[in-house]
Amino acid sequence: MTNSICRKKIRMSDYVLKGLIYVSASLSILLLACIVGYVYMKGIGAVSVAFLTTEPSTIKGTFGIAGNIVNTLYIIVLTLLIATPIGVGSAIYLNEYARPGRFVSLIEFTTETLAGIPSIIFGLFGMVFFGTTIRLGYSILTGALTLTIMVLPLITRNTQEALKTVPDTYRSGALGMGATKWYLIRTILLPSAMPGIITGVILAVGRIVGESAALLFTAGSGYLLPKTGAGAISKIFESGGTLTIQLYLSMSKAKYEDAFGIAFVLLTIVLLINMLTKYLARKFDVNLRA
Amino acid sequence: MTNTKEKSFSIIGSLKTKSTVEKSAQVVFTTCAFFAVLAVLSITLYMVINGTPALTKVGIREILFGTVWKPTAAEPSYGILYVILTSIVGTFLSILVGVPIGLFTAIFLAEVAPRKLAKLVKPAVELLAGIPSVIYGLLGLLLLNPIMYKWELIIFKDDPNHQFTGGANLISAVIVLAIMILPTVINISEAALKAVPRHLKEASLALGGSHIQTIFKVMIPAAKSGIVTAIVLGVGRAIGEAMAISLVSGSSVNMPLPFNSVRFLTTAIVSEMGYASDLHRQVLFTIGLVLFLFIMLINFLLTKGLKKGEKENDK
Repeated sequence: MTNSICRKKIRMSDYVLKGLIYVSASLSILLLACIVGYVYMKGIGAVSVAFLTTEPSTIKGTFGIAGNIVNTLYIIVLTLLIATPIGVGSAIYLNEYARPGRFVSLIEFTTETLAGIPSIIFGLFGMVFFGTTIRLGYSILTGALTLTIMVLPLITRNTQEALKTVPDTYRSGALGMGATKWYLIRTILLPSAMPGIITGVILAVGRIVGESAALLFTAGSGYLLPKTGAGAISKIFESGGTLTIQLYLSMSKAKYEDAFGIAFVLLTIVLLINMLTKYLARKFDVNLRA
Repeated sequence: MTNTKEKSFSIIGSLKTKSTVEKSAQVVFTTCAFFAVLAVLSITLYMVINGTPALTKVGIREILFGTVWKPTAAEPSYGILYVILTSIVGTFLSILVGVPIGLFTAIFLAEVAPRKLAKLVKPAVELLAGIPSVIYGLLGLLLLNPIMYKWELIIFKDDPNHQFTGGANLISAVIVLAIMILPTVINISEAALKAVPRHLKEASLALGGSHIQTIFKVMIPAAKSGIVTAIVLGVGRAIGEAMAISLVSGSSVNMPLPFNSVRFLTTAIVSEMGYASDLHRQVLFTIGLVLFLFIMLINFLLTKGLKKGEKENDK
């Protein structure tokens, strides 16, 4: 192929490669269209008000995902409550305090490593560390702590990127007027970096919603709604399966209609999150230009 | 107004409180930064502590090079060679299928597509990355497996030795993995192609190279380190994927042949951890350790490759 290009005047290879480029691109797009279309087509029949607002009942023989939706919310809120401060703090340290050196490259290397570790490994670690060593067992808290480690790099990186875009003149201006570093961070850097931080948090929500392997052996598969006020609090120490876990379980029990109903809900959430990040990114750009 | 007063107070505030606040802020932020290090250290430690006992109890050779996986038999056997091979072969094949498609799509987005079309396609690719892996598994199970089963019935019609899998085989898993690595490959290669300096492209076009020649002979070599990063990340994603392929790939440990029902490192853990106990459970942690070592190797290659790429760019 390499030689033929130089010899021939009409380059067949150009046409072949161009054809391949078009075929590949349309294949990629077609795949997405098919996946989304198929899930919506198959799932729409299973979704109803009862499906979304009840818990499964063996007596009535009905199936609903209300418990799983609540569990998913629990895990999202708990994970973000723990991960956001740590992630943002870590980014502030890396961008504002640290001087390049061994410690910084160690932190950056480990953040990269964390981002690359597959979720099943987080699941194993969470199971033995939070589940067995700290004795939390199969519980929503175990799941949330495991996911905290998983989404930490996402939040750290997005915050760091956002902090990098804050102009240095803001910093020197504030410091020149006598502000202390903490005051500078609190009143100038964090508000300026807020869109970036929010983007990171929303991306983390997306990751949590879609996660399954890390939760299967940490948060377990409970599907009941908390009944009382005290139950709502003690729920975090009980097992609770998210939507993805329930989807996997329905799938392995060959209850495909339920599975597609959950897939419908999940895909809608993912689409919404995607649009939200797009919107924020656009808004962020406008802020930068202004 | 009260707000302003409070703010100005904290600026002028006494030196002593100021320096305490400053120091504690620094300590808090440093601690936060240390969490990532702590997490990686403890994950490594726990994987090693939980993964090694089985190696000494069963024997390194019996586990890593044994081919019989019967953890629940009366005389259990814990050979995971086929599991390791399946992960390697499966990942390799999915890269073989996924990378060309991904790279060509990246070229389409970066160079060939009209700007309006690219603006439509790019979000679609990003969406592909956000779809939860269980959904890929669900679709693979219901769309791919029946097709594979038809082929299987035709190909192995006269073969009495073949164990029919109902379509849950290596090919199905490879196709699902190839689709799942597409967004990674597309996004990173596209960024790499877009980062190629303009003057390289212009020089090639000025010398009479066609657009396609310019892409394949100038831009791709120039974007090499970015594309390699994309492939390595793709490998990482493929080898670590568990839930999407756990039902699609079948449920028995076999040689990684196209129409065999196979177990990957990840799917072995997912499907057996729920009921495993004692030694069986420890061996599953050994499988986790093997997976972890693969990932660390990939990470190491990645950081090395990235540094090399940066140095090349500096020149």
